[in-house]
Amino acid sequence: MHILLIDALYITVLLALAWPLGVYMHQVYEGDFPRFARPIRGVENWLCRAGGLGTLKPQGWQAYALAMLAFNVAGFVLLYAILRLQAVLPLNPDHIPPLSPAVAFNTAVSFVTNTNWQAYSGEAQLSQFSQMVGLTVQNFVSAATGMAIAIAVVRGFTGPKSTTLGNFWVDLIRSVLYILLPLSILLALWLAIQGVPQSFHGAVTATTLEGAHQVIPTGPVASQLAIKQLGTNGGGYFGVNAAHPFENPTILSDLLQTLAILLIPAALCITFGRMARDARQGRALLIAMLLMFVAGLAVIQWQESLGNPLLHLAGGNMEGKEQRFGPALSGLWAAATTAASNGSVNAMHDSFMPLSGLVMLVNMQVGEVIFGGVGAGLYGILLYVVLAVFLAGLMVGRTPEYLGRKIERREVTLAMLAFLAMAVGILVAGAAVTVLPAGKAAISNPGPHGLSQILYAYSSFTGNNGSAFAGFNAADPLEAVLGGVIMLLGRFAMILPMLALAGSMARKVRSEATAGTFPTHGPLFITLLVGTVVLLGALTFFPALALGPIAEQVSLVAGQSF
Amino acid sequence: MLTHIRPALVLLLLMTLLTGVVYPAAVTILASVLAPAAVEGSLVRRDGVVVGSALIGQAFSDPGYLQPRPSAGDYNADPSAASNLAPTNAALVKAVADRVAAYRAANGVTPPIDAVTTSGSGLDPDISPANAFRQADRIAAARRATPVQVLAVLHTQVKGRWLGLFGQDRVNVLAANLALDASLPKAPAAGN
Repeated sequence: MHILLIDALYITVLLALAWPLGVYMHQVYEGDFPRFARPIRGVENWLCRAGGLGTLKPQGWQAYALAMLAFNVAGFVLLYAILRLQAVLPLNPDHIPPLSPAVAFNTAVSFVTNTNWQAYSGEAQLSQFSQMVGLTVQNFVSAATGMAIAIAVVRGFTGPKSTTLGNFWVDLIRSVLYILLPLSILLALWLAIQGVPQSFHGAVTATTLEGAHQVIPTGPVASQLAIKQLGTNGGGYFGVNAAHPFENPTILSDLLQTLAILLIPAALCITFGRMARDARQGRALLIAMLLMFVAGLAVIQWQESLGNPLLHLAGGNMEGKEQRFGPALSGLWAAATTAASNGSVNAMHDSFMPLSGLVMLVNMQVGEVIFGGVGAGLYGILLYVVLAVFLAGLMVGRTPEYLGRKIERREVTLAMLAFLAMAVGILVAGAAVTVLPAGKAAISNPGPHGLSQILYAYSSFTGNNGSAFAGFNAADPLEAVLGGVIMLLGRFAMILPMLALAGSMARKVRSEATAGTFPTHGPLFITLLVGTVVLLGALTFFPALALGPIAEQVSLVAGQSF
Repeated sequence: MLTHIRPALVLLLLMTLLTGVVYPAAVTILASVLAPAAVEGSLVRRDGVVVGSALIGQAFSDPGYLQPRPSAGDYNADPSAASNLAPTNAALVKAVADRVAAYRAANGVTPPIDAVTTSGSGLDPDISPANAFRQADRIAAARRATPVQVLAVLHTQVKGRWLGLFGQDRVNVLAANLALDASLPKAPAAGN
């Protein structure tokens, strides 16, 4: 009962915040700014002038994609350089040496693609400069990139007949200035009040009551933390991420961050409804996401509250969990972070029960569309919408339509191309790693859980999630480089087909809805959409899941350990 | 492509200034006004000496002190560490069984789950109230006090759920040990 009340309150507050934010975001992207946001216009105009952005004409999908790629390549080069040169750059009070080339590559790709996988341990391997000027910046702009792409894709689906999708630079700048920065400042300050450090003094050495010495690392944590959650980034200031008391000092700080994880992805559904001039369309996507989220959440909290039968102790599964959070809040976070491609953790997922791990894997493997990454979740679910509408069209023998536009061969081909990126990244790369010596060496748990660790890592890379079964050693050079390549695949092999699809949708004439139009806002469509997500995901990944978490669960029930 | 390179570079530079320098600097200044103690790591001082952080767990082995949860990193905060043991890992089953036996030997009672499992951070500052109370006899013996006196101190240290709903009840180990030292100051026999 008590857990149900927690979850109900959480979802209520989430929706109450996401609704106005979604409306506001629509105004921002349309350039119809509410009064309180107008002072920011000065900064926007200055950025556009200083950036030499010229007339800021709307771009076709190819130009939009090229601008996005140019910006991301530049971001990668800068971040890689910072990570390799951190020893000679300022703000390194603890004299931390540079990252190795492989780990620097992995980390740079990871943050540019909004994955934020941690192949490093922040407090020991990154300087304050790297954290702040390197990672925090990419936390902002990788999130803004995702939001820009989502808005461009939605314009293609909902706008008037056009050959353009908007201007990447404008969408990028507005995402940062009007949405991510103000929210981050508010959240960072609230977290600092809760006890998250924000200082440049370096580590403090304490003398404990028993006379031992304890090194206490601090740094500009709060500012990085706020955007890491709001931007569904997830890379922590500390190695153990938001399980660390300095990243998550109180129960309230935990709830604030859990809300921040899903806030923008949920709000974007509302924005979508506004842009489609039909709020029901956005609501349908939001309800579909919520249904899948709640189903997964229930399984995780149930399993974690039951605890590990092999230990014969009551009190839930507390291995890898903090006392102040316990099974309920750790389960809520785990469901949110894997659904939303955030990847931060407040408890160690490697030590969760097998069925909880199964849910987390499925959340990532369906392509991060249950809320998903900021922006990425919305364009991801639109991919499934195209496929769902296509399936519905096949069933009734009509040309499928979505929002008045015909879905034809080109659109379905592009959607399937984007869908294949998930299967290739998880199954092909995961299978290759499973037979390589370096892959086997990276596993830290015996039995079926070892395979789950590999599956989890490659699901996380491909879904640009970044959460980990953290015993898995991703710092090995081969793992680090291969992981980086898969993250690139998961990001851009999804974005490019989706932009092309949107470009192709934009060029179509919109027809008015008739009595024969399949409505895409009712319970029937929501069921069809959820069914499409679950079925495609299940058919693609079920065999692998059977050998990992499902086999582990069967062993657990039989009382077998490894 | 070339037309995009200049805006990409210039915007990246400006964004770096804005979100990588101005933003953290602004947060630092505002936060140091709003929460001056928290921004430096919530350090706890006794007689002017930093004895730890209110938020970061630390190791205690003296029987006169409340003992924290087991830690995969042995309460080393730089870097933090977790066990990452799977529920079916025999190493976990064995480690927990060993800790149950050790807890029984030290305290004469069966431990609650938090006393025999490692936290995700390896730095959990808290234990469950049940875990705290079950250590009272041992602490009382080491401090030559009565269990009732120790329990009275421990009861003042229990923090409840947020809004009575979210999270779990807990006792901060460092705060409780400082309170024990203050109320029942008989120096523990094995101080060093």
